[in-house]
Amino acid sequence: MSNGTTSSQTLSATQEYDDQVRRKPLVTNDRSVQWITQHVSDIAESRTPIWWWIAILITTPVAAFGLFCLAYQISTGVGVWGENHPVGWAWDITNFVFWIGIGHAGTLISAILFLTRQKWRTSINRAAEAMTIFAVICAGIFPAIHVGRVWFAWYLFPIPNSNAIWQNFRSPLLWDVFAVSTYFTVSLIFWYIGMVPDLATMRDRSKSKIGRFIYGVFALGWRGANRHWRHYEMAYLVLAGISTPLVLSVHSVVSFDFATSVLPGWHATIFPPYFVAGAIFGGFAMVLTILIPARLLYPKLKDMITAQHIDKMCKIILLTGSMVGYAYAMEFFMAWYSGSPYEIWVFLRNRVADPFIFSKIFDVPPAPYWWAYWSMIFCNVMAPQVFWFKRMRHNLWVVFIIVNLVNAGMWFERFVIIVTSLHRDFLPSSWGMFHPTWAEIGLFVGTFGIFLTLFLVFMRFVPMIAMFEIKTLLPETDPHLPPSGQGEAKEAHH
Amino acid sequence: MSEERKVYAIGAEFRSAADLMRAAEQVRDAGFKRWDVFTPFPVHGMDAAMGLGKSWLSAFVFVGGVTGLTTAIVLQFFTSSYLYPLIVHGKPTGLMTVPAFFPIMFELTILLSAFACVGALILLTQLPKWYHPMFNWERFSRVTDNGFYLAIEARDPKFSETKTRQFLDELGGAHITVVHD
Repeated sequence: MSNGTTSSQTLSATQEYDDQVRRKPLVTNDRSVQWITQHVSDIAESRTPIWWWIAILITTPVAAFGLFCLAYQISTGVGVWGENHPVGWAWDITNFVFWIGIGHAGTLISAILFLTRQKWRTSINRAAEAMTIFAVICAGIFPAIHVGRVWFAWYLFPIPNSNAIWQNFRSPLLWDVFAVSTYFTVSLIFWYIGMVPDLATMRDRSKSKIGRFIYGVFALGWRGANRHWRHYEMAYLVLAGISTPLVLSVHSVVSFDFATSVLPGWHATIFPPYFVAGAIFGGFAMVLTILIPARLLYPKLKDMITAQHIDKMCKIILLTGSMVGYAYAMEFFMAWYSGSPYEIWVFLRNRVADPFIFSKIFDVPPAPYWWAYWSMIFCNVMAPQVFWFKRMRHNLWVVFIIVNLVNAGMWFERFVIIVTSLHRDFLPSSWGMFHPTWAEIGLFVGTFGIFLTLFLVFMRFVPMIAMFEIKTLLPETDPHLPPSGQGEAKEAHH
Repeated sequence: MSEERKVYAIGAEFRSAADLMRAAEQVRDAGFKRWDVFTPFPVHGMDAAMGLGKSWLSAFVFVGGVTGLTTAIVLQFFTSSYLYPLIVHGKPTGLMTVPAFFPIMFELTILLSAFACVGALILLTQLPKWYHPMFNWERFSRVTDNGFYLAIEARDPKFSETKTRQFLDELGGAHITVVHD
């Protein structure tokens, strides 16, 4: 018993030290290991709440309508979209880049924050990785079908065929095929491997035979043996190590689709870092968009996804948003500094010149898409600046509004890059505006349905917080604590 | 649990990760070889406490990565410079075009590393497994919640049903149970 007293004294001293000097605990209210297991599993185990049914009854018809638009496009042809000369890429590639960017937060959280020992990642990594997978699924639809005859999409893969023609490996579009499919595969592996111990928890808690069977199959017979953990931890470290350059490469390769062309507005060496920063920016915004409501619906999550987590994500959004803002400014500067009339034309006359200020200053006609450019600047550069203030980062309404502005702003960014560069190119006789049709609007809205449906399903069947990882953050799991009283130990377990 | 069934191991439960780690150190020092500890989360320092070295899973990943890189180099040069040099925009197709091959070299290196990582994990942990005797112990289901267990297997040369039980008791283990196969 004397040992027990010493340890509780030590703990209270540690507590005092924690309060005054050290960092705030990542799991608040002194939760126990059992509490974590109970309350995280409960989200998936308890009776399906009414709001979930309401939500899924909204998202599935939206998803179904998206799939209908998809089927309509495939069966009729790409002509059902508004893409036409000169705007040959529009919503399809905008949506592709938008969704693939959203996927970046998950891998950033799981890989880069793991390598940099940012322990706060453990509360959000599972959900963010799930979002990555679902976002990449949504993203993958667009490039696959925008090729037109989708049944020939397998031409993109290096499979020997009867024509004896091989892919053009020097084309950035083919790099994209490899980058996106690798990204999806590795993210899926990372997500699943990271989930195995928690699926074992679900298996061991499951009361139904079917539950035990299904979770049992996916848990691979995991039994928490240390002879397994040591390989498991190495596997996780290695996956984090290889995913770190991967996450930085994917959006770089996506940006090569534009940067290696000769089109003013696309042909910029700043694109890879600019795209990566934007992807992380948009990805974190989507993580917060999903997690803030999830926290409200499951108040128990508030002890794991604390104000501190939201604060940190807001800071990342502020940082990456400012980096994106720097990139916008630098693009504009380079257009001017290059002295190329075409570059200046694209930036000034196609993008920046609004009817009120800039068109007057520079004495040019207003840019047809000035509203898209300035929506982007407002949502991505100006709005996140409120996150300089701690009070704003802790006001969930403010955070929720800002992150949704960022979601919209990141869509506008891709729209601006793609459409404003294309709609008025070198040949004035081919200038034109782009108008989306119902089929492409429906498909884009449908991808939100697909994304949210998948996320709702994920929430109900899989622990949405990495339980085994968050347990290692609790003070009671520290392997260097003084021994617990032995008599006490035996009693406590009865 | 019927008594005729073969004994697989003797298991003991511990109160915390810290207690389990101290017990593991003593089991290691007593010279046992066929034993393991079971925890709901990876315990930092447990590998040393058990006398286990570094995991060499990373070596498999290295082989996977090299395979991926080689595949990409061969695939791209063989097809684009030798088998069917595709002339696009009048650009060259020779060996000096290697920078254009870097992205796919990188991606395939990563992809095959990830596959090797999963393959090695399956190989080294001998999972997936449909059955394991440890699950015959009712208390063991808490291993994925908040239970800390240590089990010494019957096939260990130093194993003895009475002495091992006594040893685990001395280490402070609770609920010492014979686990049957």
